[in-house]
Amino acid sequence: MQYRHRHLLGIEGLTPPEIILLLDQSERFVEQNRRADKKQALLNGRTIIILFFESSTRTRTSFELAGKRLGADVITMSIATSSVRKGETLIDTAMTLNAMHPDVLVVRHPASGAVKLLSEKVNCAVINGGDGSHEHPTQALLDALTIRRRMGRLSGLKVAICGDILHSRVARSNIHLLTTMGAQVRVVAPRTLLPSAVERLGVEVYHDMAQGLAGCDIVMMLRLQTERMQGNFVPSIREYFHFFGLTYEKLAEASDEALIMHPGPMNRGVEIDSVVADDYGRSVIREQVEMGVAVRMACLEILTRNLPRSDTPNL
Amino acid sequence: MSVRTVGPRARVAYVGARLIDPASGLDTPGGLITEGEQIADFGPHITRTQLPPDIDVVDCAGHCLAPGLVDIRVQLREPGEEHKGTLASAGRAATAGGITTMVCLPNTDPVIDDVSVVEFVARRARLLGLTKVYPYGAVTRGLAGQELAEMGMLAEAGAVAFTDGVKAVANARILRQALNYASTFGLLIVEHPEEPTLAAGGDMNAGEMATRLGLAGIPAAAEVIMVERDIRLVELTGARLHFAHVSTAAAIAVIRAAKARGLPVSCDTAPPYFALNENAVGDYRTFAKLSPPLRAERDRLAVIEGLADGTIDAIASDHAPEDEDAKRLPFSQAAFGGIGLETLLSVSLELVHNGQLSMIELLKLITCKPGDLLDLPAGRLAKGAPADLTLFDPERGWQVRESALHSKSKNTPFDYRPVQGRVLLTIVDGRRVFSFDEQAPAVGAGG
Repeated sequence: MQYRHRHLLGIEGLTPPEIILLLDQSERFVEQNRRADKKQALLNGRTIIILFFESSTRTRTSFELAGKRLGADVITMSIATSSVRKGETLIDTAMTLNAMHPDVLVVRHPASGAVKLLSEKVNCAVINGGDGSHEHPTQALLDALTIRRRMGRLSGLKVAICGDILHSRVARSNIHLLTTMGAQVRVVAPRTLLPSAVERLGVEVYHDMAQGLAGCDIVMMLRLQTERMQGNFVPSIREYFHFFGLTYEKLAEASDEALIMHPGPMNRGVEIDSVVADDYGRSVIREQVEMGVAVRMACLEILTRNLPRSDTPNL
Repeated sequence: MSVRTVGPRARVAYVGARLIDPASGLDTPGGLITEGEQIADFGPHITRTQLPPDIDVVDCAGHCLAPGLVDIRVQLREPGEEHKGTLASAGRAATAGGITTMVCLPNTDPVIDDVSVVEFVARRARLLGLTKVYPYGAVTRGLAGQELAEMGMLAEAGAVAFTDGVKAVANARILRQALNYASTFGLLIVEHPEEPTLAAGGDMNAGEMATRLGLAGIPAAAEVIMVERDIRLVELTGARLHFAHVSTAAAIAVIRAAKARGLPVSCDTAPPYFALNENAVGDYRTFAKLSPPLRAERDRLAVIEGLADGTIDAIASDHAPEDEDAKRLPFSQAAFGGIGLETLLSVSLELVHNGQLSMIELLKLITCKPGDLLDLPAGRLAKGAPADLTLFDPERGWQVRESALHSKSKNTPFDYRPVQGRVLLTIVDGRRVFSFDEQAPAVGAGG
């Protein structure tokens, strides 16, 4: 099995064997990351540039660690405040970095499609670290890896994705991955936080947490992205928590072994009750973070397999 | 065929043509004689054998000779944004598209809300001597939607109708006043029918495609809501109102019903809305980011139905030049708009080739009907009328390539589209202003 793309721009369009390849490869790195000696030389000589146009701590750190543990040279650029503000366009930035011959660019950008646009202008591999409300493929992969390790499978599971689906790239990538792998996916949200025609993505739509969570194996909570709220999507945090915040009472509707997931960073008391988030019998939120590094190592490693060898010029 | 200037009384005979006058329904083998700037005679009786000896003769080789096209919705970008487009570049693009009369929107910098700007545009266009340009005046000062512009004086200076361009007149009280005031002088108001608060922040048509791409949607209802409100204001005032570039099934149904009730409303659409749907956005193609946005397939079919049954009165190019700096951006940051002068006829001819309209029905929509809406001296063949003509081969195939277009900005939503129908010759006031045969062979130009 091969991964037949130059980039990883999204989950939509990936086949089940490609997803399985990425997950299986990630699995190998989980053990390595738990050892004292975490470093390998697989990507020796490779240069990875992590280019974030949006603030982030965990995803950026996770990619940095992943690159370093594979032996690559890793440089991080946070551009929210630098040259883009001086009028340099995204494409200018891409051309400039491309001239430095990186092997992999990891890009996060607040506009949907921006990573795809940038990928058309460079010669290296590009990993989408999150673009607008479009996709966040490595998050969906690390969620899937977490689920697969706990439940032993993805196919046939009932998964409820709850909260701000409208603005969420995590939701879209997870919907694509989980439906592709044969899970039954539900979205649970007030109508104001659902994009139009969302059922066309192959999900069941619920507006009531109790009904949406009934019998679910996985409860995936999304961050209420207050920074993206340009209008009145919900009347108040209090009201949102009352109807859509995850509490033990609502969780009781799900299966007894249901796992609680959250991509982080959490708004405690907004979309999730603190006691539920910290219930380490049910909540796999810390495990998701751990899997994140392994998944990003696998993505970096698999994408560099398709790059020209280091003895040929990277043109 | 060569470009020649004509003397004041110079006579040219165009013979061997398929002569079409959409307004009268004439469609016959024949010829046409121009004398100076005017049409001297035309009809089946004009043949090569019966011409006076001293006349210049152009053999039309059986191609269609029709009135020059009338395009009632063009953005010029001059004055103010000459890096995107100028009167000259639009003139070259328009003549290459067979357009001999175009009406430009007031959203320039400065805005056409002042007599001096109307005169500037008219003077520049006259000096260029390409496609004739008539300006719209602004409905409100600075297109700000607050105070009425001097519509009466703008009309005296040459503004042919009034619009706030790519913005709706959002305030119902202001539009009511504008309709009342305009009707005092018999002036037409043209509305961009889009409810701005519903459309705000949107990038493309709301629906599955926008959801998959993670782009903010503009609901189709944003159009019909504004159309319905405006129709109530037409009822209230009795004034005429024209809706530009209608794109949704719902809006067309409402306009159809309003016309059936005898209200003085009319509308146009643009080729993207019957030739493309929202799928053209594909992988974030910013050239397909238009305003109104490309809609669902059922809307596209409703536009064709509206053209066929007469609900839609005209097709305009909706030419909106944007340079690379405005388009080579992430989709949500890119400007709205596509160019359309050079593809207006070729893409519209698809309706004829597909059997949805007859040749005469189509040509009416791009000649006499838009001309009559704005009361322009254009769009028909008549003795003594200006010799504004286009000769085209409706069968000739070519592929639209941005690199081969004359427009200064290249943002066509039809890039790579194979089309059928080529303008061969464009004549303005008896002068040949475009000749396809004298072009450098264009990339992809077939036939």
